[in-house]
Amino acid sequence: MNKPSPKITPDLVAEHGLSSDEYRLLAAVLGREPSLTELGIFSVMWSEHCSYKSSRVWLKKLPTKGPQVIQGPGENAGVVDLGDGQAAVFKMESHNHPSYIEPYQGAATGVGGIMRDVFTMGARPVANMNALRFGAAAHPKTRHLVVGVVSGIGDYGNCMGVPTVGGETNFDARYNDNILVNAMTVGLVDAKRIFKSAAKGVGLPVVYVGSKTGRDGIHGATMASAEFDEASAEKRPTVQVGDPFTEKLLLEACLELMQEDAIVAIQDMGAAGLTSSSVEMADKGGVGIELELDRVPTRETGMTAYEMMLSESQERMLMVLKPGAEPIAERVFRKWELDFAVIGCTTDSGKLVVRHGAAVQADIPLSALAHAAPVYERPWTLRPKAALVAAEDVPAPNSLLGALETMIGSPHLASRRWIWEQYDHMVMADTVQRPGGDAAVVRVHGTDKGLAISCDVTPRYCAADPREGAKQAVAECWRNLTAVGADPLAITDCMNFGNPERPEIMGEFVEAVRGMTDACTALSFPVVSGNVSLYNETNGVAIPPTPAIGGIGLVPDIANMATIALKQDGDALILIGLEGSHLGQSLYQELASGGYEGAPPPVDLAAERRAGDFVRGLIRSSRVSAVHDISDGGLLVAVAEMALAGGRGVTLEAAPEGRPAHAVWFGEDQGRYLVAAAPDEAAGILQEAVKAGIPARRVGTAAGEALKLRGEAPLLLSSLRTAHERWLPRFMGGS
Amino acid sequence: MKASVIVFPGSNCDRDAAVALEAAMGRPPAMIWHGDAELPQSDLIVLPGGFSYGDYLRSGAMAAHSPVMREVIKRAKAGTPVLGICNGFQVLTEARLLPGVLMRNATLKFICKDVHLRVERTDTRFTGRYEKGQVVKFAIAHKDGCYFADDDRLARLEGEGRVAFRYCDPQGNVSAHANPNGSRRNIAGIYNETGTVLGLMPHPERLADPALSGTDGAKMFKGLVEGLAA
Repeated sequence: MNKPSPKITPDLVAEHGLSSDEYRLLAAVLGREPSLTELGIFSVMWSEHCSYKSSRVWLKKLPTKGPQVIQGPGENAGVVDLGDGQAAVFKMESHNHPSYIEPYQGAATGVGGIMRDVFTMGARPVANMNALRFGAAAHPKTRHLVVGVVSGIGDYGNCMGVPTVGGETNFDARYNDNILVNAMTVGLVDAKRIFKSAAKGVGLPVVYVGSKTGRDGIHGATMASAEFDEASAEKRPTVQVGDPFTEKLLLEACLELMQEDAIVAIQDMGAAGLTSSSVEMADKGGVGIELELDRVPTRETGMTAYEMMLSESQERMLMVLKPGAEPIAERVFRKWELDFAVIGCTTDSGKLVVRHGAAVQADIPLSALAHAAPVYERPWTLRPKAALVAAEDVPAPNSLLGALETMIGSPHLASRRWIWEQYDHMVMADTVQRPGGDAAVVRVHGTDKGLAISCDVTPRYCAADPREGAKQAVAECWRNLTAVGADPLAITDCMNFGNPERPEIMGEFVEAVRGMTDACTALSFPVVSGNVSLYNETNGVAIPPTPAIGGIGLVPDIANMATIALKQDGDALILIGLEGSHLGQSLYQELASGGYEGAPPPVDLAAERRAGDFVRGLIRSSRVSAVHDISDGGLLVAVAEMALAGGRGVTLEAAPEGRPAHAVWFGEDQGRYLVAAAPDEAAGILQEAVKAGIPARRVGTAAGEALKLRGEAPLLLSSLRTAHERWLPRFMGGS
Repeated sequence: MKASVIVFPGSNCDRDAAVALEAAMGRPPAMIWHGDAELPQSDLIVLPGGFSYGDYLRSGAMAAHSPVMREVIKRAKAGTPVLGICNGFQVLTEARLLPGVLMRNATLKFICKDVHLRVERTDTRFTGRYEKGQVVKFAIAHKDGCYFADDDRLARLEGEGRVAFRYCDPQGNVSAHANPNGSRRNIAGIYNETGTVLGLMPHPERLADPALSGTDGAKMFKGLVEGLAA
């Protein structure tokens, strides 16, 4: 069955996604022509997806340190300290290309993959989130993609018994041909029992556990590193198939084995499967590795070394065990009815050696795979900055409340209930703040602490100004965590961009990294893990730059947690932060002018931090009854969301004299919150805000069953709720 | 009082059930692996929610044939109270301890949300803390929760007073609007002939803690403990 390796032709090299320069480098580091299996191994290890060859030089500039950081980028996921010997493990990852080609399995396996990254480190996953970008609602494929992605995410997370506690969803024509599916998982771990991937030690058994290896997903990493064209649908076979039941067993088996003193290193087989996991473990441990592919459990007969090394079959793990620990591990994995095989050992050769049948199919210095990969400083250019839009240049509405009703029922702001009701968001019985608020909060099991989680980015801002947009994404995430009363701890990122070989796209990436760096530094909110997804473009048209930010924060006591719901008639609503003025790139601008123009709202990071720290202080001292950040749609939308959540109306004060009222109510100026407080607290809060250098104004009073604004007909909550809840179910129902 | 929670491969509400039981009993239940043929002496057996064996066949169909289920069926027939929640209810119907089947939701989608239930009977071991006709709030999270039985069987169930809970609105009205999954006659849970085996789709263990927006579920476990300890 060992056919001689075919001749490596330029066409074959190109099919593997390697440029001719890259192939020359490969042959040079190898000192000879590669076998087909070796070519396959290099192609996945040197793919953009695995090697970060275009982004690496820039990613290094992101701030990754802080006293709370236990593990920054470079492991399966980041780890931050929660105190009391506990730590949170978290990461976000993209599954964009596969989800567009096969939405159900693409999204499902994205969720499966990110959960494996977290439990590989010894953590029990306690929450999932997702950030989804679909094309315009009117696009013929959108509904099909939404159905597939949402049920794929739901079926996988629901079966695993890990709550999916929130996320965000955008509809925008700029994602028509390249949707984004970014999945995030947060896990909890004993800070003293964190597992890593460095296989230190020679002669140790390399163990394969989980599902059998099939021919699915071969070259997934390479597919994810190329643009789409008309023929992309033919790549469906490169999408993997998920089996959440097996993953649930794998989770329980891994956590059970981790209670024993048996594991040296562990790595999940994700992108580039057996190749990437074995290379990374050996390289990080400074050892060599030998694999005997005849021992790999396979689900199909006649699989070649090439196929086994490149398969992306799901729900598999590779472990390096302590000497003699095989029987302990085997007992655990047999109990959970999973495949278990010793498939190799660590060596002192510094090489990856792959045997299949009697033949050596690959013999490659690990340094060549892991460190000789090309690193590109791709040329980049900046676009000229857009001008600020004067509020006066955006038409005022006939009725402010009428405009609100339209906006809150639009695809941008309509309730996402249709989505999150398909996710089990309560399993594990620790979800103390469900989807629909600023951040989800999951109790740290058995304690009164809470983990706040939020995913944020506003793509239209990033498209207009990638640096300001990326700053805003980090700031909004920090603000959402603050708004529930959490101390923001750290972020993970999912950098979704177009083709980096185009200088204007690379310029977007560079600017986004700069904007994130600005914000992460100013807010002490480091990046501890992440993922880059490039080539999100079709026929030369790229998505808007989309640096999705997933942040976590710690609520010290969930008894002092804020929610957005108005709780008491008579409570004062207080705006913390500047009056609204900025309509460029706002949702109101799209409603009034039919599109987005100009510069996005600027982010003043010092003011952001001042306002956030002030609001968090109010929450901690139980002086506010509800809190909401002000983001998409501005102040009036925030008021409406608080009213809907609490089932309580608001009588609004008139906008200050001399300011365009539509900018006050719909401006998307940053660094702002709405807080509700009992009347006897309100005056004090206003005074203290002024003393702290933070603008604040009373904007209304909770009461009744309608939003009321002088000079306009009241807007009944029941009408507002109908508008808010109607759009998505109707759209998905096909009407 | 001693309780046992059966853990199948793919169970995922076993811990939640154990937490709620421990809060009511003051001691943790025994967690029994599905492959065990022996079951300790138990005053209550709980089949938790989840996706036993992935539910790749009909939901609950594989678990109903697990080694431990032979013993569970024996105990149930001998009168030991058995509570099947969500997937546990599906397992009980597949094991023929309860009549009827749970089909795909009428919406064909997974649904996770709080629901209101009307308590139809208060004279069983499960309902000591509830009043007849009381409206309680539990949570549902399922894709296959549409209860179906043919007309004859339904008539018998109704006649024998074996409907435990019905989906209703917050005021207690049993209406089509309040039916989340298309279950016949809004049935959310049923008893066996002796009222000692209860299967229900909603999760009492999820609303059994003041931090989780409701404690109506805790009353089921408290009622069980009080009744069984007496």
